[in-house]
Amino acid sequence: MKCQHCEKPATFHITELTGDEPDELHLCAEHAQDYLTPTSEHEESPPTLAGVLAQQLKLGQTAEELARLDQQVCPVCGITFYEFRHVGRLGCPHDYVCFEEELEPLIANIHGETKHIGKRPRRGGKSLDRQMELIRLGRDMKDAVEQEDYERASELRDEIHRIEQDDQS
Amino acid sequence: MKMEDLAGRCGEWLRGSGPESDIVISSRVRLARNLADFPFIRKCTDTDRATIEATLREKVLASGELAEMVYVDVANLETVDRQFLVERQLISREHAESDGARGVAIGVHEKSSLMINEEDHLRIQVMFSGLDLDKAWQQASRIDDFIEGQVTYAFHPIKGYLTACPTNVGTGMRVSVMLHLPALVITRQLEKVFRSLQKISLAVRGLYGEGSQAMGDFYQISNQITLGRPEEDLVKQVSEVVPVLIDYERRAREFLVNESHKDLHDQVSRAFGTLCSAQQISSEETMHLLSKVRMGVNLALIDNVDISTVNQLFIHTQPAHLQKLRGIELDTADRNIERARYLQRQLRGDSEAEKN
Repeated sequence: MKCQHCEKPATFHITELTGDEPDELHLCAEHAQDYLTPTSEHEESPPTLAGVLAQQLKLGQTAEELARLDQQVCPVCGITFYEFRHVGRLGCPHDYVCFEEELEPLIANIHGETKHIGKRPRRGGKSLDRQMELIRLGRDMKDAVEQEDYERASELRDEIHRIEQDDQS
Repeated sequence: MKMEDLAGRCGEWLRGSGPESDIVISSRVRLARNLADFPFIRKCTDTDRATIEATLREKVLASGELAEMVYVDVANLETVDRQFLVERQLISREHAESDGARGVAIGVHEKSSLMINEEDHLRIQVMFSGLDLDKAWQQASRIDDFIEGQVTYAFHPIKGYLTACPTNVGTGMRVSVMLHLPALVITRQLEKVFRSLQKISLAVRGLYGEGSQAMGDFYQISNQITLGRPEEDLVKQVSEVVPVLIDYERRAREFLVNESHKDLHDQVSRAFGTLCSAQQISSEETMHLLSKVRMGVNLALIDNVDISTVNQLFIHTQPAHLQKLRGIELDTADRNIERARYLQRQLRGDSEAEKN
């Protein structure tokens, strides 16, 4: 495959994420360098979340792989990776677990570290699984109410109640 | 609480006292926390938001040392009142402009504020006048401990406190100092200084945070990194860079005094003259001129006004404050006239009674 801008062979295959749709670029080493070098304007402002994310995903993934990545859904809150990528905000604590693979390099890029050192809550609290279960049940209950399936909604409410009682005892 | 009760007072952050307060306006520590049982704000239903607000409001404010905080239901405030809280830095612009159940608990002397349902469920903020980050961190941590005794936070053993935006994950902590740097602006050294700060992962923002312009030559310096370092290190990193910036600003002021005393004295006096005699004046121009006057007072080039009056004017001449102090709503043109009158009264001492 030839470079899109000259006759040299394309050795860099880049997927651009800044537009609405992923866009594939095929460039030679020289043009790829031009393309990936930030302009002086960018250098002065600190990296934004969307910028870091786009830069990170740009390399090494095809449009197809990205499209598949974008469709991943958090089973707890229902956010897609695409939605997170666009708004820069996660939907619930479980996203840190279910999108872990994609978030890990992003977090390393922003903070230079991936492990928390410092303050911790003194109380053990509920396990993360238990917390996520509550969020998921809450969402199911809302869906059941919307579908006017009140029997199911009431079951779910009892279930939530039971878990909350367990936690307090 | 009535906004009018706050309006006449100055609030902690512009009190203009404390260590190095000619250059360091305030020290601030903010902790981002989320409740474990709910989705983050973006995926909250109206009911979720209302429940989070009620839970935090009741459990946190009904007992213990936080009971003396005053709670304001931000969702039901008039636009001018929300703007008023933004001008005082008690809530963020994002919090003022968003929708749905949300509120803020304000501590004594406005040294602390707890924003509920901002970008995260809870944002604990502690502010002190001058350079005092250690004390601000200790106080924020104490409030955090107290709230943690009442609710369960979203916490991951490896990732730390979980936040809606991965840029805040880990400690959830933002440590910042607000600096007044007029001489670095005049001598055009600011860009260079800021570039070197960015290299060590410190962010620079304007007076009202993200995306706001550097009004009145005020700049906030804060940590960019929140994960992988203990809170004390983050406090230390910002604390250590501040004396360097203070030194730069003092040297730039010294340079101006030595090398272009006449120009500087002229600029400062003209700024003061305009503020004392303008018949209508915008908020931007006021901030710009007050900044020069503030430096003039600190360098003893102006002696008939004190620094606390100048500090107070920075906040009292802003749109919502002006309207609250006057007690009526005013459009932009009327505000510009009212602002000029207010400045005259305060700076020329036409009416001593207005000075509180």
